[in-house]
Amino acid sequence: MTSNLIVYLIAIPLFSSAVLLLSGRKANKWGHLLGTLASASSFGVSAYLFTQMLAQPAEDRAMTQKLFSWISVGSFNVDASLLLDQLSICFVLLITGVGTLIHIYSISYMSHDLDRRRFFAYLNLFIAAMLLLVLGDSYLNLYVGWEGVGLASYLLIGFWNEKPTYATAAKKAFVMNRVGDLGLSLAIMIAFASMGTVSFAGIKEAAPQASTTTLTAIGIMLLIAAAGKSAQFPLQAWLGDAMAGPTPVSALIHAATMVTAGVYLITRSNFIFDAAPTAQLLVVIVGAITLLFGAVIGTAKDDIKKALAASTMSQIGYMTLAAGLGPVGYAFAIMHLLTHGFFKAGMFLGAGSVMHGMNDEVNMRKYGALRKFMPITFITFGLGYLAIIGIPPFAGFYSKDMIIETALNAGGIKGILLGSAALFGAGLTAFYMTRVMILTFTGTKRWDDDAHPHESPILMWLPMAILAIGSVVSGFLFTRGDALVHWLEPVVASHGHEEHSELLPPIVVSGIALTIVLIGISIAVMMYVRRPIEDVAPENVSALTRIVRQDLLQDAANEAIFMRPGQALTKTLIAVDEKVIDGAVHGVGAMAIGSGSELRKSQTGYVRSYSALILVGAAAIVLGIWVITQ
Amino acid sequence: MNSANYLYLSALLFTIGAVGVVIRRNAIVVFMCVELMLNAANLSFVTFSRINGNLDGQVVAFFTMVVAACEVVVGLAIIVTIYRSRRSASVDDANLLKR
Repeated sequence: MTSNLIVYLIAIPLFSSAVLLLSGRKANKWGHLLGTLASASSFGVSAYLFTQMLAQPAEDRAMTQKLFSWISVGSFNVDASLLLDQLSICFVLLITGVGTLIHIYSISYMSHDLDRRRFFAYLNLFIAAMLLLVLGDSYLNLYVGWEGVGLASYLLIGFWNEKPTYATAAKKAFVMNRVGDLGLSLAIMIAFASMGTVSFAGIKEAAPQASTTTLTAIGIMLLIAAAGKSAQFPLQAWLGDAMAGPTPVSALIHAATMVTAGVYLITRSNFIFDAAPTAQLLVVIVGAITLLFGAVIGTAKDDIKKALAASTMSQIGYMTLAAGLGPVGYAFAIMHLLTHGFFKAGMFLGAGSVMHGMNDEVNMRKYGALRKFMPITFITFGLGYLAIIGIPPFAGFYSKDMIIETALNAGGIKGILLGSAALFGAGLTAFYMTRVMILTFTGTKRWDDDAHPHESPILMWLPMAILAIGSVVSGFLFTRGDALVHWLEPVVASHGHEEHSELLPPIVVSGIALTIVLIGISIAVMMYVRRPIEDVAPENVSALTRIVRQDLLQDAANEAIFMRPGQALTKTLIAVDEKVIDGAVHGVGAMAIGSGSELRKSQTGYVRSYSALILVGAAAIVLGIWVITQ
Repeated sequence: MNSANYLYLSALLFTIGAVGVVIRRNAIVVFMCVELMLNAANLSFVTFSRINGNLDGQVVAFFTMVVAACEVVVGLAIIVTIYRSRRSASVDDANLLKR
């Protein structure tokens, strides 16, 4: 049975991670090779499983493997079992495929790092956790993977934790993710309380009978979870700081895989969102806000990795938007997720390659004219660039165009609003990505004299090249005969398929999108090619630019709304605890001690005073008796 | 002679003894004052016996003497021991129980 192989997808990288973590310095020589091999064999297994699935008819493709009975209480049973269906295989191939490429890249990128073995151990841990996340057949199994990737992300962001700011960035990501995790655990609890099951299949069966209120509550909680993991509004602030991690981590975790877990969660829960229009509307709103939010932030970033991070946030906004558009959108969300996995991971690796050649400089104002020195990086990054801004026939064109079209056709004022947001976002994307290209690769050199830019070794550029090929052809392949849409149909298709009237014919939408993209490019060219670029960011800028530079005040807002009131609440509670509760306890004690010490003063230790007291006492008794008997 | 005068004398002696116990520091003097108080009480007992015309008070006076004799034995032994260990017979010096 091929389904028995599913567990090896997870077991191989998990075992390798354990070996690398436990074997210590001895493994330094071969640790990176073991890590890469583990990831590659996981990819091999998934490719084999994929071919097996292809051989089956569409309705028999999903396979499950029961590992063991996890929780068995009365009528409530949760098995630790894995589900490999059309949706999870997309993720499994992406995770292990891109993951393996990034392992190969890291061998060279991290070769000067003393802790390379530990790095590979964490990468393998991440791969295992992420695979568990997408392979779990119930929300509870998914939750284990969900927490696992959070842990791996924390460990890898803070990999260079000798720098306090990096350690803080890791903590920030972890804490903000926990807020989202709370949403997921609440969703699981609500599902269990109202339906008595937590498995996908069970909830899918029970969902039609459940009340809309329940489903909306679950949907909103799932949306919070997705927002936390996928850096969506309002839990988006951690992603920019997460760039503190090594660049391969940013490429794998914070561009291609982990941050897309939220989109996976929403797509996987399609049976809940399809039945809860309010939750679905919120998903769309969150997606639309985030795609603009990220794109606007991206326009003002001088740090190449942070510009790409803002772009990731924006692109995941597109996916969330698509996933919120119901049955028609899920497949497009996954398509954009896969193409984004190629081109964004490729561009992050390109950024890493540039940093590698530039003494880890990340400020794009210190780059310039690198095209001549790093031709391969320039070409691969450039292909990713063409893909992300949506130039046909590159991958992003197909996937983004589908999302824009679906948004426009959502119907009524909602469709027009969402469509224009998506179109405007596309223009902004074109602007800031062109800016990144111009600042990095063209113009005059602005780097310091001690930088010696050079092309990266083959272990680094080969993964970049493969990802670049993916960014070129994947969109074309996915849309041939609606291949991906039909592939995913058994998982996400709704029963009552509703047809929207098309607001505009697809060719017109593509035309408008392309025009807006070209406008974005030309504005960027006018601003950054025609004018000289300063190597420090100009200070005399408008208030708007200043706000955008501060990430649209997201940290200030979080601090003002949550952190400071939280601190004030904590301080008040501490004061209450110290003054009232401790005060009462200490007061009782102090009273006992005080009265004791007052009474002690009568115990002078002088025999005379005791005898005098006895005398006075006796006299008082006699007097009392005399008074009474009178 | 009026019996009440014995009671006045007894009260006077008792008061002298009590004041002596309270204000004197020398353990021996304090001890003597205690004896004085006991004997003042004895005098009262004997006087009341005489006034009431029975022997109850006289009997109690004998008991008091026996108790006083015992008390002298124990008390003097304590005083001598304290003097040996502390080189002082002052009652104020023996205040270790204060702490």
